[in-house]
Amino acid sequence: MRARVVAIGKSTLIAVVPIVLALVVMGILLAALGRDPFTFYADMFQRGLFEWQGFQESIIRSAPLLLIAAGLIVAFRASLWNLGGDGQFLLGAALTAGLAPSLLDALGVWPMLLITMAIAMLVGGAWTIIPAVLRGRYGVNEIITTLMMSFIGIGVANVLVKGPFRTDVGGVARTDVVPFDERFPLLFGTRIHLGFVIGLIAILAVHVLMTRTSLGLRMRILGASPRAALHAGLNPLRLTVIAFVLSGALIGLSGSVEILGVQGSFRADFNPAYGLLVIPLVFLARLNAIGSLALVIVFSVIQIGGESAAREADVTSDVLLVLVGLMLLFMAVVEYLRVRRGLGMAFVPPEVADRLRPPGGEGGGGAQAGEPRPALGAEKAGSR
Amino acid sequence: MSDLLSQDFLTALIAGGLVAAVPLLYASLGELVAEQAGVLNVGLGGYMLLGAFLAFVITYNTGSEWLGMLAGIVAGAAGALVMAVLCVRMNLDQIVIGIAILLVAEGATSLLHGAAYAESRPSLGSPSELAIPGLKEIPILGESLFSQNAIVYIGIALAFVVGWVLKRTSAGLSIRAAGERPEALDAAGVSVTATRTWATLCAGGLAGLGGAYLVIVGAGSFTPFITQGSGFIAIVIAMLSRGRAPWTIVGAVLFGLSLSVATALQLIGVNIQTDYVQMLPFVVVIVVLVLFARRSYLPSALALPYVRGEK
Repeated sequence: MRARVVAIGKSTLIAVVPIVLALVVMGILLAALGRDPFTFYADMFQRGLFEWQGFQESIIRSAPLLLIAAGLIVAFRASLWNLGGDGQFLLGAALTAGLAPSLLDALGVWPMLLITMAIAMLVGGAWTIIPAVLRGRYGVNEIITTLMMSFIGIGVANVLVKGPFRTDVGGVARTDVVPFDERFPLLFGTRIHLGFVIGLIAILAVHVLMTRTSLGLRMRILGASPRAALHAGLNPLRLTVIAFVLSGALIGLSGSVEILGVQGSFRADFNPAYGLLVIPLVFLARLNAIGSLALVIVFSVIQIGGESAAREADVTSDVLLVLVGLMLLFMAVVEYLRVRRGLGMAFVPPEVADRLRPPGGEGGGGAQAGEPRPALGAEKAGSR
Repeated sequence: MSDLLSQDFLTALIAGGLVAAVPLLYASLGELVAEQAGVLNVGLGGYMLLGAFLAFVITYNTGSEWLGMLAGIVAGAAGALVMAVLCVRMNLDQIVIGIAILLVAEGATSLLHGAAYAESRPSLGSPSELAIPGLKEIPILGESLFSQNAIVYIGIALAFVVGWVLKRTSAGLSIRAAGERPEALDAAGVSVTATRTWATLCAGGLAGLGGAYLVIVGAGSFTPFITQGSGFIAIVIAMLSRGRAPWTIVGAVLFGLSLSVATALQLIGVNIQTDYVQMLPFVVVIVVLVLFARRSYLPSALALPYVRGEK
């Protein structure tokens, strides 16, 4: 029990240290630009977290991000680099925004919500099939194919919005606006909409899927070693397609949620680039769904609070990109140091190591620690 | 239809296409070298932005375009140095660090630009130092092709030089071995870390130069996110070239032309939505990949850290 508490404390510390370091470096940068970093951070947390209005905004922002995180976790756990999230997101959003007004007239609110979400999932999932098959069958690197499909998806979304879905109202090209009362219902008298619940369910479902089901295990095996998956009698092509389509569907759904919860209509060239922003968060949480949930909310607070603080301090809100990028760099370095320290432990003489190691803690080969180093090398060579 | 062959149209198309193609050429050439050595630079667009920004600052303040180009190389290489230290020396994940570098570069250049130039919005004059005199007088092609500056010709020559180095020299062999079988390179007594580090710096420097060109010759000023998706397009071009450097010229020109054809068409009164044209090359590439997928190929150790003795 105590070991578990210590372990949780340790991993929390590892997650918090990079954030603090990033805030410090960012503060120095702000100070160099003549802004008071303390005011900036105070504003940021005040507006994003401690004011009820701002906190609601943060929760609203987190809804699509949670769905994207869920989608990315499925793909990344299977070692499939779905970097085309933006295309999948925008296609889901464009189709939702384009079809919602007429569906609303024909069928009413609830059928419209369900149908548009289903369509967004279908198109998001379908958008990943080509990369999935190319990867699964021919081993074509999915980074380039998903990126290219993303560019095509962004193009198609804009073509749709500027063409068939375009509103008759003049001005900027956009779709007809879904009236505020006919979007997602709001929860318990707050401004938070149903999309947050959907995001929450999605990320928890992905957690269960990846950790408690056989499909999740199979996808993780594929991710750990495609050859092992093959030897275990799994079908890598099928698993690759399943993981990819599931990932794309969740990200497509996030586009739908953004339209039905927040935007109400799709303006031409709308692209918040959430896909790229969520990738680091998912990594920061080490592809763990629960950790991602926490980080997405932290990130939403930083974004909502930061946008407001940036306005206050008269700097561009792109300052937040620096903050997130720095967090990611520091996270990677902290992880590196942790692993290195762990490796260092293995070379401590066994009697010292025994005294250092807590009883019943992670052994890490402690039982064989008495064996000299060459044995380790021999064992490795034999396993090759 | 005769309008399509008019001089205005062709001049605009070729000139615009080349301006868009040169940054792609440099960036993809650099990325190709790094990929051959086993390093995937997702942050390529970040190096370009860093190069673009520093090139702008230096050219604006000194008036020298050549110094600006040099500054672009230095800034891009500095970004790549972070990549090399974290991913090649410390073996951290290349995709994570790549995205981190991209985000920091986007944010930092936008922030610094906002702090220094938001009010004045200065722009550079049309580039003067880089031109090569004498070739301009040839009709149609002369105006667009040969009024290009030295950087264009250096880029084309460089593609062939890089191709030759990779294929025919021992340095090239080391680079390819670092991406294909790092353990073999290590066993042969060549440092994998050093080889990959130099290749990464090369990617950064060339991408930075591409960014510098974009600002000094292409746009004439720096705006935040000026590279847009160029970094990712360059990665795609590098991967599609499959290790043969001269092919980056083909890829860069193809994508460059597609970026400029919509503007050129508008010039002769044909209004076509830019979205169609801009996604066209990606559609072509996807179709080609689907048809000839068996032939696509990447270094086997790409994006994998090398740890001696680990298998």
